[in-house]
Amino acid sequence: MTAPATLPARGLADRLTSLFWRRPTLFLSLLVTPPLLWLGVVYLGSLAALLLQSFFSIDEFSGVVKEEFTLKTYAELFRAQNLDVIIRTVVMAAAVTLACAFLAFPIAYFAARYAKGPWKAAFYLGVMLPLWSSYLVKVYAWKLILAKEGVLTWAAEGTGTTFLIDGLLAVPGFEGSSLSTSPFGTFLVFVYIWLPYMILPMQAALERVPTSMLEASADLGATRGQTFWTVILPLALPGVIAGSIFTFSLTLGDYIIPQIIGDSSRFIGLTVYQLQGTAGNTPLAAAFAVVPILIMLVYLTLAKRAGAFDAL
Amino acid sequence: MRSDRPSLLLRVTATGGLLFLHLPILFIFLYAFTTEERTYQFPPPGLTTKWFAVAWARQDIWPPLYLSLQVAAIATLMAMILGTLAAAAMNRARFFGRDQLSLLIILPIALPGVITGMSLRSAFGIMDIPFSTWTIVLGHATFCIVIVYNNAVARMRRLSGGIMEASADLGANAFQTFRYILLPNLGSALLAGGMLAFALSFDEVIVTTFTAGQQSTLPIWMLNELVRPRQRPVTNVVAILVFAATFVPILAAYYLTRGGSETAGMGK
Repeated sequence: MTAPATLPARGLADRLTSLFWRRPTLFLSLLVTPPLLWLGVVYLGSLAALLLQSFFSIDEFSGVVKEEFTLKTYAELFRAQNLDVIIRTVVMAAAVTLACAFLAFPIAYFAARYAKGPWKAAFYLGVMLPLWSSYLVKVYAWKLILAKEGVLTWAAEGTGTTFLIDGLLAVPGFEGSSLSTSPFGTFLVFVYIWLPYMILPMQAALERVPTSMLEASADLGATRGQTFWTVILPLALPGVIAGSIFTFSLTLGDYIIPQIIGDSSRFIGLTVYQLQGTAGNTPLAAAFAVVPILIMLVYLTLAKRAGAFDAL
Repeated sequence: MRSDRPSLLLRVTATGGLLFLHLPILFIFLYAFTTEERTYQFPPPGLTTKWFAVAWARQDIWPPLYLSLQVAAIATLMAMILGTLAAAAMNRARFFGRDQLSLLIILPIALPGVITGMSLRSAFGIMDIPFSTWTIVLGHATFCIVIVYNNAVARMRRLSGGIMEASADLGANAFQTFRYILLPNLGSALLAGGMLAFALSFDEVIVTTFTAGQQSTLPIWMLNELVRPRQRPVTNVVAILVFAATFVPILAAYYLTRGGSETAGMGK
């Protein structure tokens, strides 16, 4: 036999194939370069621009951005009014996260443990569709519901529970003419919008809790409550923390919801938006945008220590 | 077995939670038919279908709609190319910087949108780039990459490497293997990823407000109507359109990828 063991190359495509075969690194770098360039230049470049911008300052008289290094802009974050914004946002994010965890648990638990076959699919779609469907449309739906002349007032009048809403709106610091202009409304809509982000990782974590452990717990005489506190919750905790990363981070940065529903008190996102837009103070806006990054870095470090990334 | 039945409390709270997630959307549909255009009065004093005709005739809705479609189409196409390349690279052997690259891919959706938006805004400001369709596309493509990537990488993990080797053994070159082996197997996952990316881009408002300048996409138009309402039911008609434009691709993406461990939609 004198025929060569390999077929002769028939054209450029074949020759390139042999080249890729002989040099896998070359092929890999061809694959990786376009996305790496895009994300590296466009995204990381922009993040760098954000950092750079936050070290600039604005000339108070002319309103022109002075492009020289200063920490003055960061110092402004510590003014009482700006510190207020940061604290209000973090408190809101924490409250929303807790409420989401509370509401998400029964849904996630039911879907993970009892839903079978078509019900499983129904539960999955039931959580996924609200997660993906239009954000603005969902916010708008709540504006309709919470408005003074809207559905909620009508339902409260019909059931004679108007005093509940009035009671909420009378709480000092949370006043408003209706829930759509009260911080309670902002909170409620935040919870509604981010709830699916909590359910999915929680469900994934709960599905990994073996049924045998629950049976063992019951066999050993534990009540439902004891099984929940000592078996289910510790095992599901990484999922809860994974979900809380989303709810916390998304609330920290959101600026549409407080703009449409609530008493127009300022949150970090809204402040960034207003500073770069109408106020034209891009450096301070950039410094404000760095705050959620720092908070999330701390949060992620803590979450990683709690093993939340295995649940993602 | 008694312990294997959900308790009444669990059933009620789980059902209640799902209803809480779904009922509010229905009011969007109801209010598109109300005769009351100045308030959100409930129950509506009367029902009419005239707002659909009014919305159709409103000249200020069409340009934002075209812009949104254009941006979503271009951003999806770019995300599909870049996301697939990234998935193909990540699926091949380990390499230096692999973990960093995967972090880089998810970063644009892991950080709040306001940061992505403000970052791009700062970059445009520093480099004196004027706002245009392309500045919007730039932002959208960046956060759409991860959607396509997630779908493609999950499918590739399930594909056995053996069929690629078999293709090479049978004399196919790399391009033929891609065309006849890889693409047909990846097809539905890529389509699902593309549709989710389209839905995400079509609906995006947070990053867009920072990268659009004076331009108006359909979500920005809606946002303006929410802040300063006029002819409120017309906003509902547009909301139904936006809802459908995101709902249909999501459902389609689900049916394209269901049954696998890689069902589309985990993580937005």
